[in-house]
Amino acid sequence: MDLVMFLAPISLGLGLLALGAFWWSLKAGQYDDPIGDAERILMDDPEDRPT
Amino acid sequence: MALTYGAAPPDLSAFLDRREDGRESLELLVPDARCAGCLSKIERTLLGLPGVAGARLNLSQKRLHVDFTPGRHDAGRVVAVLAGLGYRATPYDPRRAREAGEREGRRLILALAVAGFGVMNTMMFSVPIWAGLFGQELGPATRTLMMWFSGIVGGPCAIFAGLPFFRSAWRSLRAGRANMDVPISIGVILTLAISFSETVLRGRDAYFDAAVSLLFLLLIGRWLEHGLRARASTAAADLLALQAPTATVLTEAGELAARPLEDIRPADVLLVRPGERIPVDGRVLDGASELDNSLITGETAPAAVQAGVPCRAGALNLSGVLRLVATARSEDSAVAAIARLVEAGAQSKSRYVRLADRAAGVYVPVVHALALLTFAGGWILGLGPREALIRAVAVLIVTCPCALGLAVPAVQITASARLFRRGVLVKSGAALERLAEVDHVVFDKTGVLTVGRPRLVDPVPSIIAMVAPLARASRHPLAQALAEAAPAGALASEVTEHAGLGVEGVIDGRRARLGRAAFLGIASTSEETELWFGFDGDIRVRLRFADEVRPDAVAAIAALKARGLSVEMLSGDLEGPVRRVAEAVGITQWRAGCSPQDKAAVIDALMAADHRPLMVGDGLNDAGAMARAHAAMAPGTALEASQNAADLLFSGICLGPVVEAVDVARSARRRALENFGLAAAYNLLAAPAAMLGLVNPFVAAIAMSGSSLVVTLNALRTGARPWTW
Repeated sequence: MDLVMFLAPISLGLGLLALGAFWWSLKAGQYDDPIGDAERILMDDPEDRPT
Repeated sequence: MALTYGAAPPDLSAFLDRREDGRESLELLVPDARCAGCLSKIERTLLGLPGVAGARLNLSQKRLHVDFTPGRHDAGRVVAVLAGLGYRATPYDPRRAREAGEREGRRLILALAVAGFGVMNTMMFSVPIWAGLFGQELGPATRTLMMWFSGIVGGPCAIFAGLPFFRSAWRSLRAGRANMDVPISIGVILTLAISFSETVLRGRDAYFDAAVSLLFLLLIGRWLEHGLRARASTAAADLLALQAPTATVLTEAGELAARPLEDIRPADVLLVRPGERIPVDGRVLDGASELDNSLITGETAPAAVQAGVPCRAGALNLSGVLRLVATARSEDSAVAAIARLVEAGAQSKSRYVRLADRAAGVYVPVVHALALLTFAGGWILGLGPREALIRAVAVLIVTCPCALGLAVPAVQITASARLFRRGVLVKSGAALERLAEVDHVVFDKTGVLTVGRPRLVDPVPSIIAMVAPLARASRHPLAQALAEAAPAGALASEVTEHAGLGVEGVIDGRRARLGRAAFLGIASTSEETELWFGFDGDIRVRLRFADEVRPDAVAAIAALKARGLSVEMLSGDLEGPVRRVAEAVGITQWRAGCSPQDKAAVIDALMAADHRPLMVGDGLNDAGAMARAHAAMAPGTALEASQNAADLLFSGICLGPVVEAVDVARSARRRALENFGLAAAYNLLAAPAAMLGLVNPFVAAIAMSGSSLVVTLNALRTGARPWTW
């Protein structure tokens, strides 16, 4: 029983963390241009990359 | 006149977005950007330009965002540089951006994420409770503890995820109607209330997991539907952006400036170059040219205009530079009269009741009556109010409308995706439903059955070879059609283009003219589209042109007839060309010389006679009829008013997409009805079981997700080849 009281909040916390991470990624515009972001990886030198 | 065109970069200041801190930015649509190479080439080149502070290309939406340093902007140069790199760029008016839609999308996806979190974490506590149902060791104290956990996680999640439904239900109730969201909201709120009270009273059954997963599944359907609408409206807006809605104004200082259409006032002096459309109704001040009125009236023969002649918004300027004085604002122009026809028609369309709402109309009273009966019957038969209420709620949960909520959106998203890949844009789910019910197809001629481009009739190679050197030198569409018919070759020398008349030049040392009959001193009374060619005081050749019929028009018309649809053609053009096209494509029922009002009246008569017409048109003269028709389609080249009136847009040179759209729409309707059948069959089993108290939270969870899964899998069959057993 003690174990449940200990583990349940941990697992909930992890779940909330994932939810928060998703919320952050949504806010940060990570889904605005999925195709472009995939292509940007292929650009040659990172220091030249436009910001 | 000294006015030239093509040399100066376009003036795009009308499209600049000015922020409060004085910085300016520009949104451009770059449809040809495809890869990392394009991306880096475009961004690096632009960043190298003076005055450009930032450039970012969104490859998913093909939008380029350019920031300028304060006080320095040279938008025209950006477009010119892009053109130099080989990319066509069109300014994209940010005022058209659908921010409200994007905000709703964000809210939906957040609700979906919260519901997903809720489902997973509530299930964690539900599993021990379910295990207890099957004789595993679980004391009442542990069960109540698990129910508390479940409620603490599931309750707030369900309330948050349910907000879109509660809001919509509240709105519809205040309007005195009940939509699908009303039973959903009642179900969720009742379920949560009962589950909480059971938890407090240390009861046996709590349905927090069911409430959250119901919302999760429904939100998936809602989100798919939103995505479909958002993608369609973005694509439609892109098409319209390519028609660049600005006018070139000649200011009092004698400068040329681009202005948005809505800023044009009567008495403004406008400049219209060849290849541009007349922006607002006006009168020609000077210049001579020919106007192509085909998108306004359906007539294919160009009309000559000179100083003093009124011209209508939407007409295409063919050959010479025209200076106009505006006589009306954009919203008062000839276009606006047609827009009013469209508006009237759109109202009749909004009365259409969608399949899902029709299903809800049957479903809601039946299910709520059953739940009420369970509660009353259970109490009377001695179950006690608490047990009777739990059973009533179980009925509401297992007969959940999630299968109904998914049944139609899942089918429509599959159908739209398939059509999208074949170049057909579906603007809304309701459009597909209406298209499936169509029994009569009305085509416009110019630009729909035909390509909307002239082609030489009965070409004689020797004559073409003789005319081609002069034809190649002209920008006029008829001359270009001639040049296309000839192999590459020499160009005439000393070419002068006489606006509105024709082109003159020297071929092999002989002076030649190509143009209207009057240009060669001939009196012609022909109603056909024609050009005359002649050497000085010598041969005279008449070249006849006809609008080219789309390559697969015959097959497409035959295919529509084979599907049991009757086909008709309504055109604003003269009888001769209309008859020719009708005979060429195999349409027996046709009318020529129709005004926009005539077309709308024909559609009204068809609707009154209980027909379901599909109107396929592209011109302003079709827009009224399209808005009134049961369903409407337009090619991607259509004018804005027609695109707005259309439910579906198709691209490309073929008519096949029309047939394909009808097929997929019918298939989608079949799948949607099958899905309702599956949902009904499931409910026939589940409802009595719940009334008899055979349903516990575990059975409810399995049954609910099972029915949604079946419905979604069935939806994936939409538009695929029929199954062979």
